Amino acid sequence: MADRTQPLSLVGAGKAASAALLVVILGALLAVAATGTSTLRLGPSDWAALRFTVLQAVLSAAISVLLAIPLARALIRRRFPLYGLAITLLGAPFLLPVLVAVLGVLAVFGRNGLISQMMMSIGLPPIEIYGLQGVVLTHVFFNLPLATRLILQGWLSIPSEQVRLGHALGFGPSEAAQHLERPVLQAVLPGAFLVIFLICSTSFAVALTMGGGPRATTLELAIYQAFRFEFDLSRAAALGAVQVALCAVAVLAIRMVPTAPDGFGGLDATRLQLPKGGKWVRAQDIAVLLLGLGFLLFPILMILVRGFPFVSNLPDTIWMAALRSLCVAIVSVSIMLVLALPIATTLARFPTGWPHFAAALPIAVSPLVLGLGAFVGLRPWIDPGSVVLPLTAFVNAVMSLPFVLRSLVPELRKVDAHHGRLAVALGMSRSNWMRLIVLPRLRRAHGFGAGLTAALSMGDLGVIALFGSADRGTLPLAIYQLMGSYQMDAAAGAALVLMALTLCIFWIFDRGGRFNAAV
Amino acid sequence: MLRFENVLLQQGQFKLRVDWTLPRGARLAVVGPSGAGKSTLLSAVAGFLDPYEGCIFWETARIDDQPPAKRPVTMLFQDHNLFGHLTAAQNVSLGLNPSLKLNAEQTQSVEGALDRVGLGNYADRRPAALSGGQQGRVALARALIRNRALWLLDEPFSALGPGLRREMLSLVSEMAENSGATVLMVTHDPDDAVRFADYTVFVNDGVAQAPKLTNELFADPPIELRAYLGT
Repeated sequence: MADRTQPLSLVGAGKAASAALLVVILGALLAVAATGTSTLRLGPSDWAALRFTVLQAVLSAAISVLLAIPLARALIRRRFPLYGLAITLLGAPFLLPVLVAVLGVLAVFGRNGLISQMMMSIGLPPIEIYGLQGVVLTHVFFNLPLATRLILQGWLSIPSEQVRLGHALGFGPSEAAQHLERPVLQAVLPGAFLVIFLICSTSFAVALTMGGGPRATTLELAIYQAFRFEFDLSRAAALGAVQVALCAVAVLAIRMVPTAPDGFGGLDATRLQLPKGGKWVRAQDIAVLLLGLGFLLFPILMILVRGFPFVSNLPDTIWMAALRSLCVAIVSVSIMLVLALPIATTLARFPTGWPHFAAALPIAVSPLVLGLGAFVGLRPWIDPGSVVLPLTAFVNAVMSLPFVLRSLVPELRKVDAHHGRLAVALGMSRSNWMRLIVLPRLRRAHGFGAGLTAALSMGDLGVIALFGSADRGTLPLAIYQLMGSYQMDAAAGAALVLMALTLCIFWIFDRGGRFNAAV
Repeated sequence: MLRFENVLLQQGQFKLRVDWTLPRGARLAVVGPSGAGKSTLLSAVAGFLDPYEGCIFWETARIDDQPPAKRPVTMLFQDHNLFGHLTAAQNVSLGLNPSLKLNAEQTQSVEGALDRVGLGNYADRRPAALSGGQQGRVALARALIRNRALWLLDEPFSALGPGLRREMLSLVSEMAENSGATVLMVTHDPDDAVRFADYTVFVNDGVAQAPKLTNELFADPPIELRAYLGT
């Protein structure tokens, strides 16, 4: 019998879309596995790549999480001018194209960067950035804000009664840490660590630009090298299989940690007021804020400063690449929009089941492995190089799906719960239900999701690096090629263009979702 | 006695005027429509909201310029009174020392307080392993041990069923009487007010009216209170 309490909607289409997602991803993985396992022999350098991948991911995650605690604490305890901007800054690295961040980090911490120049002026040797330290530093740049946000979200879920109770009982900073902060941290940190571990173990562009050499090669980088330089498809595939196994372990571990602590139910929107402590605590917080926000802000500022003079002299090829990137982003957003709503409807309607597995799958797969699978799978039929741009758009649409679904599904559940019975009672048709009720309520979530997808595809250097060519490349690939030929000024100029376009396109979509929105 | 001297409380557009005195040892019910400012009144006494104008006195000392922990006040919220990661005994101990370092005498008084609320055998349980009523008792034990002159109850026990709530309220009455505490309680239920409080304040339309004897007030309610009660 049909569920009479809920209007008809896109469940059928959602199951089809979930199935398509499942088939494409598992198909790509199978293609990789079939190619790789026939000659599965991992040499010493492959094991070294696995070890380095785990080592840098563990270090990056641990450092991000540990530094995030004092930063989050200082952000909760202090108010200062441009406070809102600082909070916004914490969201920026998620949108920032990886190569822009890499160039920014190099401009501050590199051999010719700000800090090296200062050190050389007092007779010290410059910083050696390439290798483990560079990879970890860049990963911390990306993930420190994420870890800080996760901790802040956790602390904001402390019931306001308990915070007031703390004030009434005379908690100082150390008692607040003991009774208010620590229980939340114990619940939040394992998950935050694992999520960042997963992000860092699949990150390719950072390893490509900051790592390299036999001692600093990640699995992703080894896949790229085996594919691009040796054209050893079976070795690339074998490495891909190892990468998938590593991700699967991390995802399973994430599923096992609790995400919310016991007894911290009430979510209160009022701002958290933890004990502010005395002069020492204040001085400590100010130092943490200056260092932490400076660490996040300076690389971005350096791109602005270094890149700006060169924007007007960029060659036409860069602007063509920028145009291609914009097209890729638009196509990627379109694919995402077609997939997301039906899948979200299905997930919202059925609390468990295989569509949930399909929707979570992209988290466990690296874009490079997906690209490799597409290459292997498509090769018998067409030249994969000729479809590298659509493929980039598709892979990025798939990769951003889990994030988009995370904002769509709760909203859809709310719409169903609030209006479902009424719509059925009114005899609303499927199309009217979607047009009049669901879509208006989802505008914000859709706008944000589209902006996110566009930003991720604009900045992506994954599939395109694997088998893209310079004359058909995207802007990130063009920047990477400029870096490879040591044209750092032009690279900085192009990076500024990429950053500006990415933030603009995100803003337009996100704003479009909010503009004149009723809810 | 608790004295509000020309107090104006302000939160955004919201304003509440308070200008009256409550005798020491009284039990006061604070009633009124939701959003009228009942909890705001308690927040001002507890120190979570500074008066925009006027002063609050306890006996002869001004308290509205003191931090919450220094005021002669202890507070019970509707829920979340206990920390989930601490045992019942530890939750009570917070009332003596927030860093939980107690000497032998203090440990004994924690045990004594738990005994008095009837939870002597539950000292090592965490809140999750206690019923709603038992959790309320632990919070009450902490209020007892803090030994403050003013108890503020913000719709306490309203998550409990009517029978259990009545039981908790009579326990509070008994404990408050024994320790000579003055009690301010926000409630939605006129029956609770009649049963528990000798004085009642009606909060409505931006004013917390002066306390009246509960029996007299409800026997002949003024027109606005009648509208609120629906009688």
